[in-house]
Amino acid sequence: MSENTGQAQSAKMIPRYADVTLVRDKFAGTIQEIIEAIGEVTLIARREGLIDLMTFMRDEPSLRFDYLSDIGGLDLGEFASPRFAVSYQLYSLEHNHRLRIKVFVEEDDAVLPSLWSIWKASNWLEREIYDMFGVSFDNHPDLRRILMPADYEGIRFVRTSR
Amino acid sequence: MQTKEIVVPTSSISMLRKPDPLADTQMTVSMGPQHPSTHGVLRLELVLDGETVIKAVPDIGYLHTGIEKTMEKEKWQQVVTVTCRMDYLNSMGNDLGYCLAVEKLMGVEVPRRAQDIRVLLTELNRLASHQVWFGTHAMDIGGMTAFFYAFTERERLLDLFECVSGARLHQSYFIIGGVRWELPDNFLSLCADFLGTYPKFLDECRRLITGNRIFQRRTKGVGRISREEAINWGLSGPTIRGSGVNWDIRKAEPYSGYDTYDFRVPVYDDGDVWSRYLVRMEEMEESWKICNQALERLKEPGEFMSDHPKLKLPARDLMKEHIDVMIHHFLLASEGFTVPIGEVYQSIESARGEIGFYVVSDGAERPYRVRVRAPSFVNLAALPAMVEGQLLADVVAVIGSIDIVLGDVDR
Repeated sequence: MSENTGQAQSAKMIPRYADVTLVRDKFAGTIQEIIEAIGEVTLIARREGLIDLMTFMRDEPSLRFDYLSDIGGLDLGEFASPRFAVSYQLYSLEHNHRLRIKVFVEEDDAVLPSLWSIWKASNWLEREIYDMFGVSFDNHPDLRRILMPADYEGIRFVRTSR
Repeated sequence: MQTKEIVVPTSSISMLRKPDPLADTQMTVSMGPQHPSTHGVLRLELVLDGETVIKAVPDIGYLHTGIEKTMEKEKWQQVVTVTCRMDYLNSMGNDLGYCLAVEKLMGVEVPRRAQDIRVLLTELNRLASHQVWFGTHAMDIGGMTAFFYAFTERERLLDLFECVSGARLHQSYFIIGGVRWELPDNFLSLCADFLGTYPKFLDECRRLITGNRIFQRRTKGVGRISREEAINWGLSGPTIRGSGVNWDIRKAEPYSGYDTYDFRVPVYDDGDVWSRYLVRMEEMEESWKICNQALERLKEPGEFMSDHPKLKLPARDLMKEHIDVMIHHFLLASEGFTVPIGEVYQSIESARGEIGFYVVSDGAERPYRVRVRAPSFVNLAALPAMVEGQLLADVVAVIGSIDIVLGDVDR
């Protein structure tokens, strides 16, 4: 008994991910790739047109990503090009589905548009990325270090060697 | 003579870049980091006009220890010893989130009994966390007595955690694949004793604070945030449910078999401190219900750990007979195991809201990156939106009502 119910329970554990076929054609210039793995959908996007894409994601009735869960930074190592990846975890309270949008940025041009105008939750999350990875955000209302003191030099979460 | 330009170090400049030059009645007050009702080391820069807060800027990072970076140096199974130190009032919840994320990455099924143990302990931890909130929130507003009641009862919960794991606060009892060891023989009866007297305690709390007129006057209509604002700011947990959003991850994206438990999600619409108070008080009752159901299920025997070869250490007698089993045991204990390449985002409902783990594996025996979406961090970001325009004395009430843990904010 225990074995069967255990499997049934964990099958429900996986959150639902959104169907993104609608955006694939509409934002063909912005979306580079759509990856489905381990039950999760990752949409790899360019930073050009990111604001339009995110606004569409929030306003389109069939997607309605009204909730920005998280922004996570990732350093792919000092020899990787592009070096940094920023992952936006979106969630829709209305449809109860998720989506991850990932944007890669080069080390010498680490700038992304701020999502402050779309989700206010992005304020501190973007500041944390700026603080920990050195990726800066255009049109951010208050781009300062957040966890480290203002006079701290260096970037904390960058990988130099493994 | 050439005048020398004076260089002021940026750290000493006030963080409020443009004080209003017209308002000479305004005063800037630094509240914290040692202020007792900031629940740790939160510093708030408040611009006041009389007693009214014009602008509030939270300053955080005093407890920043780079836990996300520390996780990259630990082996997969060792990371649980760090996750529980982030949100130290709800450590079981953190461990559960991390374990679920790695289990999803590895495709591991957790046995039914292990899931039930996890649910029981996570809910007990939610009770403990909410009791700290109840005591400190009431004390911030002026009700000293509640603090002692809440902490006495919490002590009983910590004794239960000590019984099960040997540690009171940082249990690290959940590991990838299940739980560390079987529950002690007397745990279920101790737990039943505790749960038996718990409704009486909750009733005492309600009689002490809920009906108190001073408490109601201090909380009703204070720190209001609308439903749309709450969603836009990314609030989660009891804080967003106090603004009329019916969203609980235990119901929306059930994990560990929460969909098989019978419980209700309390929601209040006013979006003020009082609503958030009521949500948490009712949540304690619902958690108590879940604990009772889990306790009933735990009476059946079962496996406490997945039998995945990477996770479960081989049996002792097999090791004595076969050299390859011995080697396997040695490698597991010394090098650890590897996790397939990939990335997952797993979020669960902690006592404070959505705690999410974004785990990236490059196929090694250590995580490549663990990013934690800390509920307190995101909830605290909306604090200025709640307190601006309110009285200075209400700021402590609002901080108490979003129930931040600075260990979780700063990580």
